[in-house]
Amino acid sequence: MISAKVVLITLALCTLLCSSCSRVKPWVKPYERQNIADPIMSFSRDPISDSYLSHVHDAREGAKGADGGAGGGCGCN
Amino acid sequence: MVVQEAAVVVIKRCLLRLLPVRFLIGACLALVCLPVLAAVLPDERVDVLQHQYEGGGIKVSGPSVLVRKNIGTKVSVSANYYVDMVSSASIDVLASASRYSEERKQQSVGLDYMFDRTTYSLGYTTSDENDYQSKTYNLGVSQTFFGDLTTLSFGFAFGQDVVGRNIKGMPDPSFLLDKQQRRYTFNLSQILTKNLITELSLESGTEACINMKEGETCLNNPYRSYSYVLNGARALLPEKYPLTHNTDAASLRAIYHLPYSASIRADYRSFSDSWGISASNAELRYIQDFKKDLLLEVKYRIYSQTEADFYSDLFPYKDAKNFMARDKELSPFSSTTIGVGLTYKFPWTLPGIDKSTANLYWDHMQIDYEDFRDYANFSGIKAPDAGYKLGEEPLYKLNADVIRFYISFWF
Repeated sequence: MISAKVVLITLALCTLLCSSCSRVKPWVKPYERQNIADPIMSFSRDPISDSYLSHVHDAREGAKGADGGAGGGCGCN
Repeated sequence: MVVQEAAVVVIKRCLLRLLPVRFLIGACLALVCLPVLAAVLPDERVDVLQHQYEGGGIKVSGPSVLVRKNIGTKVSVSANYYVDMVSSASIDVLASASRYSEERKQQSVGLDYMFDRTTYSLGYTTSDENDYQSKTYNLGVSQTFFGDLTTLSFGFAFGQDVVGRNIKGMPDPSFLLDKQQRRYTFNLSQILTKNLITELSLESGTEACINMKEGETCLNNPYRSYSYVLNGARALLPEKYPLTHNTDAASLRAIYHLPYSASIRADYRSFSDSWGISASNAELRYIQDFKKDLLLEVKYRIYSQTEADFYSDLFPYKDAKNFMARDKELSPFSSTTIGVGLTYKFPWTLPGIDKSTANLYWDHMQIDYEDFRDYANFSGIKAPDAGYKLGEEPLYKLNADVIRFYISFWF
């Protein structure tokens, strides 16, 4: 059984964390992300193609991993 | 004779196997999970790709189809079917056996569930060939922060493989080895300015043989042999590998939007493992968008690595070390790759299709091995008969062309 005190403390901590996060204002405004949203800014425009090329490199080289996530880094929309 | 059978081999693990063992987990991580955009579901699309690798006497080709579809506004599912058809007469095969053909089929399914700014991912991949089976499970979570300028992702993949062996083209029921793989990934993507995105990736992996009997190892190609000096000539015996392998990799990449509908991208990766290999690679890529219907990409990539502690092109005598390998992927070498590609966006649309593209990409790799000698590939004449002294044969060089042609549809 979780006591009411624990719940209150947890809520207070969450409120503090959220309020501190909210102070970080996005320095690139949504209306400034036209270039960022351009497909040529994606680290992986076509996952099926990039996945295959990573496969070839993995086959021919001793190193592997840390190829990054699929998709872009935009955060638009 | 065992050694010769093994040779057919070399490629088997060199191309097919090489793929599943180290690539399978990475493939599913890349294809079915961990989208960097946590605040939106991935695009709904269908990709149909034909791939071809040709070089060093090896030709690998086949199709790959990827379908991704949303269910409602919070769930995205994907499926991938991939085939490698291998025809090989590589340097390894020429050393002690004849060419062979083989096929590997891989299927993947994935599910992404988006809740607010968090995306949870699950995936499953299976790969089958006549002497190697693999199953991989993966999960991940991705979260965006600070107005979607920052994306943080974690992933975990677990693989269970069964390594087999063929004798005279038939599976050897007495040779079935269990292997497990685990991979942990961390990815941080950051929008720094309205024209610059950066990404940091960290990955640690481990692979281990399970329930091995005395003298068994599962991490090597069961057909490949190490080479040692016997009576002034090369003799071959099956390789001996450690039972575990741990890897660590870190990469940093950035992409910058240029003022004239173009971007330039830089990648760097550093790698090390418990076998003594240290490697790094760097890549520069330029993308030009012509009037939104034609896209050109050119790139240049360099790679280099040191050798594994137990690698040697020619050991001085039999059983010279506890572990012995003559896998050119464990040898010291450097390589360069140039690539060029075009993406054409069709001006018309089909019913239910928002956008469609045709894509053709070509990469040319040149690998210069520093301690892997070509002692068998002289039009069928072994090195001693061609006038080369033992251990002084020409160093091997490999040139390969990689072609990707695919059509993509967004709906």
